[in-house]
Amino acid sequence: MSSQKKRIYGLLAEYETPAEVYHACEQVRDAGYRFWDSHTPFPVHNLDKAMGLKQSPVPWLVFVGGMFGVAIGLGTQAYVSGVDYPIIYAGKPYIPWQSFVPVTFESGVLVASFCALFGMLGLNGLPRLHHPVFNSERFRRATDDRFFIAVEARDPNYGPQTRRLLESTGAASVEELER
Amino acid sequence: MSAHSDTPSLSRENTELRDDSLWQKLPAIGLVLTVGGLGGAVATGRDDLGHFWHAYLTAFMFALALGLGGLFFVIILHLTRAGWGVALRRLAEHLAFSVPFVALFGLAVVFFGAHDLFEWTHPGVVEGDEILSKKAGYLNETGMRIRYFVYLAVWSVLVFTFWKWSRDQDRASDPSQLTHRMRAFSAPALALFALSLTFAAFDMLMALDPHWFSTIFGVYYFTGAALTVHAVLCLVAYSLLRGGHLSGVVTREHFHDLGKYMFGFTIFWTYIAFSQYFLIWYADIPEETFWFSYRGHGEWLYLSLALVVLRFLLPWFLLLRRPIKRMPGLLCWAAALIVFTEFLDIYWLVQPAHAHHAAAAAHAADNHHLAHWYETVIPFNEVDMLALVGFLGVVAMMFGISMKGRPLVPINDPRLAESVHFQNF
Repeated sequence: MSSQKKRIYGLLAEYETPAEVYHACEQVRDAGYRFWDSHTPFPVHNLDKAMGLKQSPVPWLVFVGGMFGVAIGLGTQAYVSGVDYPIIYAGKPYIPWQSFVPVTFESGVLVASFCALFGMLGLNGLPRLHHPVFNSERFRRATDDRFFIAVEARDPNYGPQTRRLLESTGAASVEELER
Repeated sequence: MSAHSDTPSLSRENTELRDDSLWQKLPAIGLVLTVGGLGGAVATGRDDLGHFWHAYLTAFMFALALGLGGLFFVIILHLTRAGWGVALRRLAEHLAFSVPFVALFGLAVVFFGAHDLFEWTHPGVVEGDEILSKKAGYLNETGMRIRYFVYLAVWSVLVFTFWKWSRDQDRASDPSQLTHRMRAFSAPALALFALSLTFAAFDMLMALDPHWFSTIFGVYYFTGAALTVHAVLCLVAYSLLRGGHLSGVVTREHFHDLGKYMFGFTIFWTYIAFSQYFLIWYADIPEETFWFSYRGHGEWLYLSLALVVLRFLLPWFLLLRRPIKRMPGLLCWAAALIVFTEFLDIYWLVQPAHAHHAAAAAHAADNHHLAHWYETVIPFNEVDMLALVGFLGVVAMMFGISMKGRPLVPINDPRLAESVHFQNF
């Protein structure tokens, strides 16, 4: 069926301190890897910069979603009370923008927060039920006291030099991950 | 990373004003502006006392908001045990230091200007007016004077206590003890601050139109103060940085956070302002709607719309994106806009009330031409400008005096290093 090479997910390197994983990330970043990630039990300050991560596109999704929600909220109310079934209440005009503000605001916030949540999940590839890093016994400590870097085999730079690079960064252990 | 034991940027040269700095001359500059501005306003405004006192009150409430914002910033930092803003707290203390002195100028409003500002100080008017006679238990001159002295006392105690303890901490052998004391004091301080500010806003601004009332009015004035202080801190910190002070102490991260607060309070102001308008518009009761009605006629309508655009839409879009908040030079433009619109906002609260009453008086005197002028023209002139300059001078002078001989940051605060090194994710 599939060849031995295809069943390898990549390499998992284990570190004992945040400082070690931080500097290791810098080296992996500088070596030009693209398909890799780090795993820490708590947020490590500036790790995103050490990894060379770019700003997330989520804010743009939120903005577009929010503006869409505003347009839907305002448009629906204006259409219903101004065009589809015009009715005078409380002596106000058919399209009293003032009374549309709360619903417009709420629908803007609603769609914006949906975009934030589902945009974040989608860009992270979530939800997913399993991840190859969970094949490692050692990785259980990623939620406790160990720090990890996983480099994927599909990275164009991946090869024997990857293991040498990770070992040279002071990893406590480097193991091959099965898919 | 966690090891921040040494902080080279907190050297003396970096955290104290240099002798040749222009900031050293701030008390003198402020004094010149105060005397020139207020003296000029009195000289040019003598012929029209109504106009003069409204110009004075506008500038006074604007200057007071700057200082009260500083006091709010200090209280909140202590109360929430916030680490990020410790490097900015001293600047807020200087700003708060102006409150008791600015408030002294408010005594002129209470004792000399009240008859030109507040119709309910005329017994004849109150007698013939059912609503005003029912409100006379609160809206009377003696009551107002007593309340004003209470505000003055409360603000002085709050400001000088925080100011003194923070100064003591600079030389204290056990600085954390003073940090605990200031935190303990900040909780009752916040309650006193909220009550005194709310009632002062009722007395000095809402009472300009004594038939009208809005329960959200105190929050409205507070929002302006809380919004503006972050803008002022941004401007002051940036000019100190440009002058070669505090480099590496006040960082991009602090400006980013100030930007976030400006953005947040911009939305909060809009929320409060709209809530006030919305409920009155919806209920449509004449005794409430007239307040907005005369702000929606003639040039006053353009002022009202300018507030919506300049105080909500423009800053909202300016401050929305992260990169702008992290560029202090750009952020200062938004901050300057916010300070400017705070004045616009106070002007919008005070002046239309004067125009409305003056127009009513002119109608009563059968001078409909003059009444029309009052209803439609924004009478901003050199008196308003000079009063504003004068009160800005008072704030600048007290800011400068408070700065003298003190480090620019609370140098001994246990959380100063945390503030200097913190980073936004």
